[in-house]
Amino acid sequence: MDAGLSFRSVPGIAAFESSARAIVGPEHVHLASDISGSANTTNNSGGTDFSLCPWIRASDENTIPPKLQVEPANEQELARILKLADQSSLAVIPCGGGTKLAWGNPLQRADIILSTARLGAIVDYAWSDLTVTVEAGCTIKQLRDTLSQLGQRLALDPLWPSRATVGGVLSTNDSGVLRLRFGSLRDLIIGVTLALPDGTLGKSGGKVVKNVAGYDLPKLVTGALGTLGVITRATFRIHPMPKQSRTISCLARDVREAQRLVLVIQDSKLAHSALQIRLVQSMQPQIDVLFEATEAGLSAQIEQLKTILAPAAVTDPGPAVWDARQELYSAAEDKTSNSALAKISVLPTQIAEAYAALVTIAANRVHFQAVVEATGIGFVYFEATPAEIASVLQSLRAKLEAMGGSLMIAHRPSAMPALDAWGNPGDALPLMRAVKKQFDPKNTLNPGRFVGGI
Amino acid sequence: MDARIVQELRAIVGPRGLITSAEELHTYECDALTNFRVMPLGVLLPESTEQVQSILRVCHRERIPFVARGSGTGLSGGALPVENGVVISLTRMNRILEIDLPNARVVAEPGVVNLDITGRVLGQEYFYAPDPSSQSVCSIGGNVAENSGGAHCLKYGFTTTHVLGLEVVLPDGTLVHLGAKALDAPGYDLAGVFVGSEGTLGIATKVILRIVKRPECVHTLLAAFPSTNEAGAAVSDIIAAGMLPAAIEMMDRLSIQAAEAAVHANYPDCGALLLVELDGPVAEVQYLMTQVNEICRNNSASEIRVAQSEVERALVWKGRKAAFAAMGRISPNYIVQDGVIPRTALPQVMSEIDRLSKEAGVRVANVFHAGDGNLHPLVLYDRRIDGQEAAAEALSYKILEICIAAGGSITGEHGVGEDKKLAMSKMFSEPDLATMQRVRCAFDPLQLSNPTKVFPTPRLCGEKPGKYVAHPLEAAGTAERF
Repeated sequence: MDAGLSFRSVPGIAAFESSARAIVGPEHVHLASDISGSANTTNNSGGTDFSLCPWIRASDENTIPPKLQVEPANEQELARILKLADQSSLAVIPCGGGTKLAWGNPLQRADIILSTARLGAIVDYAWSDLTVTVEAGCTIKQLRDTLSQLGQRLALDPLWPSRATVGGVLSTNDSGVLRLRFGSLRDLIIGVTLALPDGTLGKSGGKVVKNVAGYDLPKLVTGALGTLGVITRATFRIHPMPKQSRTISCLARDVREAQRLVLVIQDSKLAHSALQIRLVQSMQPQIDVLFEATEAGLSAQIEQLKTILAPAAVTDPGPAVWDARQELYSAAEDKTSNSALAKISVLPTQIAEAYAALVTIAANRVHFQAVVEATGIGFVYFEATPAEIASVLQSLRAKLEAMGGSLMIAHRPSAMPALDAWGNPGDALPLMRAVKKQFDPKNTLNPGRFVGGI
Repeated sequence: MDARIVQELRAIVGPRGLITSAEELHTYECDALTNFRVMPLGVLLPESTEQVQSILRVCHRERIPFVARGSGTGLSGGALPVENGVVISLTRMNRILEIDLPNARVVAEPGVVNLDITGRVLGQEYFYAPDPSSQSVCSIGGNVAENSGGAHCLKYGFTTTHVLGLEVVLPDGTLVHLGAKALDAPGYDLAGVFVGSEGTLGIATKVILRIVKRPECVHTLLAAFPSTNEAGAAVSDIIAAGMLPAAIEMMDRLSIQAAEAAVHANYPDCGALLLVELDGPVAEVQYLMTQVNEICRNNSASEIRVAQSEVERALVWKGRKAAFAAMGRISPNYIVQDGVIPRTALPQVMSEIDRLSKEAGVRVANVFHAGDGNLHPLVLYDRRIDGQEAAAEALSYKILEICIAAGGSITGEHGVGEDKKLAMSKMFSEPDLATMQRVRCAFDPLQLSNPTKVFPTPRLCGEKPGKYVAHPLEAAGTAERF
């Protein structure tokens, strides 16, 4: 293990540092120990919170702190830094707002944090063509603010929008509840530019919504956790902002009834934008439906929905219910020593079965809370001792995988016994490894953080 | 082909599953792009995934290149056989394996015809959204290879939006499962990169599709404009008003005339026709249709018809759907192009096409998916007149260059195939293409699966790429080499 290595003892890093300074300017190369100190773990003021990353905390003997953070000014500089690190056999952690640095498995090596903080430009906003091209370091909030001025939006609701960047959201495939209607990131991204470890800047896709020329690399890098290349810019399809939106909620007797209602709504001709079930241990499940339409369209649909949900009484709780997923993630971060957060995926018809399994497995040992979308994607917050959490996650994953689903651990207590973050990637793992080898043969990018040790 | 190999292949697929006689092979020497023809060594018609695996193992061992083929309706030569290669026709793998309505999933073999998916779920008010014009004959496997679109992809997305998972036989015979019925399976989105790879990464043997509930109502408006400029301005206003129609189609005078001659769709005689389809809840659609109507009038529409019943809709769509075939009424030969432009560049690109058409003395009829900027210029010519074919081909290529210059693409839905692989170098730099080919090297290091397609020059896997070519950014002086 490289654990406990001091900065100067990493071969090649001193030479890298001086070359990197020459490329990006000395003020844009920092010691990682300076940035992971408490002064910068400012969750609310926009800084990068490294304290949550088990692999980055210098104090823990079993973790590997990165040594340098480099902030290139543009994609050419970024590609040069990446190439330099690759040639120096230094491991690179691409980083945007740093909100999801804890996702994935512990790194095998960590040397350089390659930050996109200075690549924040909105390059081309072709509002009348409904497309926008942005640099990877642009935050979701900045993009939202720009698009909303012309009554448009990127139809996504990712976590931590004020800090999360386009590149980070893409790499972690963090879409949100609107995917039910607008599709997920893979359906909204239409073009990408990637920096590869050999210094290549390659693009794929384009600036038009409809385009089948060449391979669809925008999809390949969405959710690849920065293990194939560093996304430097992306082009998205955007949508008009809805004229009106309204949320309707109701209580269901139990989870089976909640699942039944969700399936009936899905099988109806309603044109809702989001649909979720909120589940708090030993309380009645709450169903939320989001409508986005013109005033005329809204009232007719709400009447139809009431008929479907009858005899349950409906309420209009306002848009705050759509923060449920964010609240679970934030809770997991607040109680970092004894909480975990898992993203699960099952078929819509398996929601009740998955929940029943969760209740049985968690028994009375573990406190949990969940929100499950009509797509079958859910988020479960756990609170217990690290050992108990590990045991529950393991059993639940086994059950979900047997059902054809999956469980990804996004947040875990630092003291939790080792448990793979991703689960079984299936029989395509050798092919995934072959793809990784083609893009990153020296295993420079996020080594070991992705599925199957990639 | 070596007699020993023929025997081995025949043992895999049975005597009915292997075609080697010259007259029968002629059927397979091209797809719907008939100006390229290559005779395959043989055609295999497997009936199961296991047979496909066995065939590919033989091909891999013997280094025989292969081309998978569905219904052969492709317009870019994607299913064109390759020299000294075999064709693997998937038409006998045509079963719908599973219909799961509560989860809105269908599992189908690659030879299933696109429209048959909708046919099987229509009774329960579901449909399969991608609707290429050839949907009554084209196969799901071919749709996956080409990432086929259609008129309604403006709202519903392309084939890739509707493919959740694939069973794929890799070029060495290995079976892999990409994606799944449940969303966000762990690992790389290899299903996402396989769809639209034009048969160069392996053969899909099962496809997990997403189906969609039919909207409460569908209304289609037909509006007649003096020219494509006014029609184009109406499209811009519709988008600016914050609407997302299910489809917006445009036809120019020449294509209207051809459609009239062919199918008597009873279209008004005008410079440009716009067809706008809205779907969704009744109250919403009625409200928005009033707005569309107003927008069209404000942009000088002379005649507006709104179709509300299925019969009326079918009539409105009849001329549009028949537009390509209708060209036969006004021209003995034609080339279909498939360029895409940012929609706002339409007036400028149209006048440029018009200028080039007059210069070359070659007529161009225009049919577009106007909502997403996908142009289908039909370059009309007469092969019997000396020099006309060459002039038409040159004009057709120039149109692609105009699309690229406008910031668009050389193909919106027909694919690159054999036809447009040289134009790939115009749209992408050498590093872009080399980056894409890394995927190919991971899936198919020996380059046996539909080789020579899509890319202008193959990349030798495991070897250094050839001579250095400047990135356009570098050539323009905005970036430096490092």
